[in-house]
This record gives sequence, structure tokens and C-alpha cells, in this order.
Amino acid sequence: MSQNPVPPSRGNRAGSGPASQNEITAEIEEIEADAAARVAAGASPELQPRRDYAPYRSSVLRHPTHELVRVDPEEVERVSPAFGHTDVNVLESDLTIQHVGEPIGERMTVSGRVLDGEGRPVRHQLIELWQANAGGRYVHKRDQHPAPLDPNFTGVGRVITGDNGEYSFTTIKPGPYPWKNHVNAWRPAHIHFSLFGTAFTQRLITQMYFPSDPLFALDPIYQSIADADARARLIGHYDHSLSVPEFSLGYRWDIVLTGPKATWMESEDADD
Amino acid sequence: MTEPRIAPPTTAQTRAQQTPSQTIGPFYGYALPYTGGPELVPGNHPRAIRFHGTVTDGAGEPILDALLEIWQADQGGALSRELGSLDRDGFTFTGFGRCATTIAGHYTFTTIKPGAAGSGAPYILVTVFARGVTHHLFTRAYFAEDSALHADDAVLSRLPADRRNTLVCVSEGIVGGAQSYRFDIRMQGENETVFLDFDA
Repeated sequence: MSQNPVPPSRGNRAGSGPASQNEITAEIEEIEADAAARVAAGASPELQPRRDYAPYRSSVLRHPTHELVRVDPEEVERVSPAFGHTDVNVLESDLTIQHVGEPIGERMTVSGRVLDGEGRPVRHQLIELWQANAGGRYVHKRDQHPAPLDPNFTGVGRVITGDNGEYSFTTIKPGPYPWKNHVNAWRPAHIHFSLFGTAFTQRLITQMYFPSDPLFALDPIYQSIADADARARLIGHYDHSLSVPEFSLGYRWDIVLTGPKATWMESEDADD
Repeated sequence: MTEPRIAPPTTAQTRAQQTPSQTIGPFYGYALPYTGGPELVPGNHPRAIRFHGTVTDGAGEPILDALLEIWQADQGGALSRELGSLDRDGFTFTGFGRCATTIAGHYTFTTIKPGAAGSGAPYILVTVFARGVTHHLFTRAYFAEDSALHADDAVLSRLPADRRNTLVCVSEGIVGGAQSYRFDIRMQGENETVFLDFDA
């Protein structure tokens, strides 16, 4: 393995260097067609990304080859850590006030609700958020691409959801940025979200995107969810009623967690 | 089945709208790890254990950008409802910890050995996030000295012996004054860790 000139985690399936966008796009389309054929043959749409998704090269050596072992959650999995206002300062939901000056970029608010699999609000739980700045650069030291850092923007926020599962962040719109999955690879603009439910089984880390991004079709991370309707659930929608005059543009994004399984009633599942 | 449902009438619809996962990516390092995240108890706690290991990929290479979370019962088998996982006071055991791997793919938690929360054997629930992992992976770390309970455990008893061992910590005895347990996580390939699906 040490003789392999290509780092395994970035390896090309053919082993001949980074792929072109056209090659990646062809792989993406082939998998989407396969997923659509399965649905046409009666399978359920794929609600989650494929773990083995070769167009996203880093997944090649990082997905299990065995099927996951399906088990009933025990008490450990049916509850979740409790987070609260002693853990998170209310000011942490505003990413634009963390430094002396105002960050550069399009100021926006992202608001929505966190719901469980039955549509009930997930109350008083932790949401963490992180993102690139308006130029598409992360503060993270491994991000060394030549876009400017913004001394007035870190890009980290936290909030505890309210009584109705609601949340709101004030931030700036992140920029798209290049990465090295393949030649001329660019990530659509996105915000990372980390969420807890009332059961640990509901844990979720995901990304929120913005409407009509021209990079969607080219991005193997967004496309790792092979079902078009499922991946569209990651798009926050512009909501003019959330825009604040003279201040910010508003986006709405509701997040639906799985389960918790403890509340499922099998007889009604059959109707879904 | 005669109990009234608490859910609103749109259950079928909302269930179908489950928000999909996306990878944590490589750049969470300034956002998710926090001071005290890996220390569920201080190292000088009389019952402190070291819970550590290496995360490797299908080529056997260390994964240097994984984030691990653990969640566990206390020594009596109870799950904490205490606040304070993010802002630790050094005395309250909340049962939650978070640790990013080092450039050697290694992680270390300081915690206590959990008691059994149910009828099965005690374990630590481990969640793995990493660049290249499109959807987090759950696994459980059991303890070798509880082998008498493992035969009846709902999960371990279902697994063939060679795979079962991937869920059992290696006991390393006392290291640096604390009982040390090693739990290596192999994402793929030989001795691939058993990952669990609790999906509702």
C-alpha cells in the first residue's frame, strides 16, 4: 500500500489519477438510473445516501462491505444526551457578532423546525452548525485553498431548539469552494448541520443547500443520495416573510429526523 | 394498538420527508470538538478508564479526520438526564463524549465503565463520522470480562464468533493508573467492525 502513489482515500477506481468531471458525472448518472430502475421495479426510494458511492472517492475505502446488522435499540439508544441553555449561550446562534467587525457577505437568517419521524417537534435539543465564509474558505487549517479568510467570521454556531422545535441562525451566505475529489471539483454552497433527537438513533449530521445551485448535478456528495426527491429535502427555501428589511435575507429549512422507533406502531406503518 | 396516537394526521407524509444524511466532511475540526469533549470524567476519577483505539480504512490506513461520539450509562446502568455535556463541571457524569482522531487515526476517551442499562451486557454506544462516510455508523463496544453475559446478549449472540470479537474491547490492564480498554474500528476489510442499524 505504501507503494501506491495515489493516497487510498482519494484513489481513482481505475487507479489512473483523478477523474474528469465528465467521468464523475457519468458515474453519478449511472447510479441514479440504477436507483430509479429499482424504484420502477417496486423498491422503496432511497431516503439516505449510499455508503458505497464511488463518484465520491473518499467513500471507496470507508464504507463497510458487510450489511449493517439490524437490531432493536435498547435503552442506551432510545434516549439521548440532554443539552440545554447552560451548555449553549443564546448569542451563539448569531455568527455575525463573534468578532469586532461585521463579516463580509450576504447576511441571512436560516430558520425552521426540527421534527421527529412522526412530525412532532424535537424540543430543547442541540443544533450545531458550521460553514465556509462568503469566499468559500473554512477556518479549518486543512483548508488551504487560496480564498481569503475573513477576520470577522469563524463560521460556527450552536442553538437549542425551542418549545415547537424551532431554531434560527443569523449568518452570512457561504460561498462554493473547490476540492480534490476529481479535476475541477466544486462543492455547491452549503451549511453543515449536526442534530440530536430524543433518542440517540435519531442522530443526524447533514448539509443544507441553496435553491437552484448550478453545481448540484456535478457534486458527488449531494448526488450520493440517489433519489431526486430525497436530496431535494436538503435545500433551504428562500422565504421573503423571514427576510428582515434593511438587514438580512431569510431562508426556511425544516429538518425531519428518523423515529424514534419506540413510538412506532406497526399496524399503521403498513398504510404508509 | 387502541391507544390514541399522539402524532398529527400527516404521519405518512412527514415520515416520507425524513432529511437525509450528508458526510461530516473534512472541515469540522474548528466547529465540533470542544474542550473536555473526550473527558467524561477527569483522569484522576477513582473509577476512570481509558477507552481508546485507532480508526482505519479498507487499506489499513489510519483515518485522521474521523469524529467519534460515545454515549453510555453510568456505573449503575442509568442514562444521565443531566445538562453539562458541552460545558463540563468536572463532577457531573453526563454519559456523552466527543473526540476527533489524531493524525495517527487514534482517539482516547476518559470515562467510567458503564453498568448494564437493560437485560443485556454493558456497552458503550460508539458513533463514527468521517469524510467519505456518507451516513454515520453506529457500533457498540462491549467488555471482555463480561463474557458470561455475552452469550445471552441480543446483539452479540446473533453474530458469528469472528465478527462478534470486533465489538469487544481488548483489556490492556492498568496503564498510567487507569484500566485501559482498546477498541479499534476497521471501516472495511479484514476484521471489519460490525456496524449496527437502529433505523426506525
